[in-house]
Amino acid sequence: MASNAQRRIKHVSYAKYGYFFIIPFFLVYFIFSFYPLVNTMRYSVEKNLSKEATIYDGEFVGLDNYKHILTSPDKNAEDYYVHAGMREGFLRALSNTFKIWVMNFFPQMILSMILAVWFTDAKLKIPAKGFFKVVMYMPNIITAASVAVLALKMFSNDSFSIVNNTLLNWGLIDEPIQFLADMKLKRTIIAGIQIWMWFGNTMILLMSGIAGINPSLFEAANIDGANSRQVFFRVTVPLLRPILLFTLVTSLIGGMQMFDIPYLFNPGTNRSPGTQTIAAFIYQIYMESRIKNTGHSGAASVVLFIITAALGSIVFYINRDKDEIAAKKQLKKLRKQAAKKAHGGLGL
Amino acid sequence: MSKNSMKESYKIKDNYNTSIKIKSLVITLICLILTIICLLPIYLLVINATRNTSDILNGATLIPGNETLNNYKNLMALDGFNALTGFKNSFIISGSAALLSVFISALTAYALVVYDFKLRGPAFTFILAVLMIPTQVSAIGFVQFMIKIGFFNTYVPLIVPAMAAPSTVFFIRQFMKSSFPLDIVEAARIDGSSEFRTFLTIGIPLLKPAMSVQLIFAFIANWNNFFTPSLIITRTEKYTLPMMINTLSSDRYTDYGMVYMGIALSIVPLIVVYFILSKYIIEGVALGGVKE
Repeated sequence: MASNAQRRIKHVSYAKYGYFFIIPFFLVYFIFSFYPLVNTMRYSVEKNLSKEATIYDGEFVGLDNYKHILTSPDKNAEDYYVHAGMREGFLRALSNTFKIWVMNFFPQMILSMILAVWFTDAKLKIPAKGFFKVVMYMPNIITAASVAVLALKMFSNDSFSIVNNTLLNWGLIDEPIQFLADMKLKRTIIAGIQIWMWFGNTMILLMSGIAGINPSLFEAANIDGANSRQVFFRVTVPLLRPILLFTLVTSLIGGMQMFDIPYLFNPGTNRSPGTQTIAAFIYQIYMESRIKNTGHSGAASVVLFIITAALGSIVFYINRDKDEIAAKKQLKKLRKQAAKKAHGGLGL
Repeated sequence: MSKNSMKESYKIKDNYNTSIKIKSLVITLICLILTIICLLPIYLLVINATRNTSDILNGATLIPGNETLNNYKNLMALDGFNALTGFKNSFIISGSAALLSVFISALTAYALVVYDFKLRGPAFTFILAVLMIPTQVSAIGFVQFMIKIGFFNTYVPLIVPAMAAPSTVFFIRQFMKSSFPLDIVEAARIDGSSEFRTFLTIGIPLLKPAMSVQLIFAFIANWNNFFTPSLIITRTEKYTLPMMINTLSSDRYTDYGMVYMGIALSIVPLIVVYFILSKYIIEGVALGGVKE
């Protein structure tokens, strides 16, 4: 027998509370994240603000800022110098970002994958697995700014830095290595720091992926006499494909926004262009240029947004709520059938 | 089965066991080397923070010195650098941003799971869609907007925007979907509890595991953030800890013991807290709830 309260509840709609509860999130998001994005887009089609101007006084210049960073300059044009400079800077930043990402991602992925397979292999007897996991993840929580400054002190050009000093003392080198002068070396060190910081994170993600694979598949492979290489390439990798794709895409998006280490791995304020990433390019031409370059940094931001949005759509596809989509499809099907029945033969 | 073939099969088993043992040993060794690689930079940092500059210039060592107090004093006497202020500022920002973002995220996730409303699907789709948008792409518009409404050089732009964290909502929602008993909300209604009270007294306790993991991650992410504060804060007394540390990178500072002390002060407390909370952090990462 239904009580009064129960009957009352049946008649009350609680939908409005759903709206009440999500309002704070959406309000904050729209004001502090969505509007700034739109604002950035607006700045990208306007002339640069002068440093003193705090009130909006931009003049509409169409796609000029985009033209400057993306297309090759025309020698006879009025804006040749700005155009050539911006294009060179943007392309260099894009290539730096990509180079550092490639040097970081592939070795990191291989290392993390090998470790994840070892740690999830029940046959192997590795002591203190928990300890290893904790230690390997540790670099990830350390403030990147501190890591960059520490690395700077360890790899400085003079013979007093920890690395040069040790190598000299051991007689492995005769002269200090110019770690910070050679851009290729510098990018390699940055990629190395990124690997150091992120391999533990990737390893744990892959481990939880492997743990999600039905163990009877591994057992079956073992009974069929597959060796560990065959198990890895025929069972583990194919079944991990969604997680591998997720790791690849999130790492690419993370790589596109790489800022702290490449920007701070410079002594003082001597920011070398050889390690300037896209995020650092946006930051520097806005914060550190003579004029507040809102136009070009805005345009570069929008280009970065388009790249990450394209990559993000892959993550979106992976994260979709599959149950809900299946339920919706089912519902649609039922509705169609019901509609058909209601119409009888007339619809035909 | 003859005695001989029995022996043979034992031998194969023995061989198999030995090869597994050797493999395990090699892997353990590799793991130990990786452990050293992970810890050595931090160890050298701490050791150098206890030595004076001339010792440091003479070479690295694994044995601590006895200049700790001096280095600390020199660091504290430094003009424009104040680690304690940096600590306090970072703590205020990260603490309030983490608490607020986790509370609002839980509220949002709760609404998305418990209530059946028309825009539930679109709202969730929107959160998924913006999940991967980085801060960098809207930074210019954000800073200009903050300047315009007078929040430049304040902590508002560092705390309030962090409240809307799509990835936290996503994580808590996934957790809720898998483990939240919806009947309990109905039962609370029958008992006459208001909807918001139900969320506070029943929702939050049940979501605690997911919320505490996200609280840790939100705190660390805000604590480590260098990009946004360096766009918004220009006054030294308002600097966050990462910004303070950055000023140490200048070649101007030749007292290396002091510089290492400064870096160590920013890293060691974080590592101590990490080791205390590591169990929850590793679990949280394994659930796939983090991205940076």
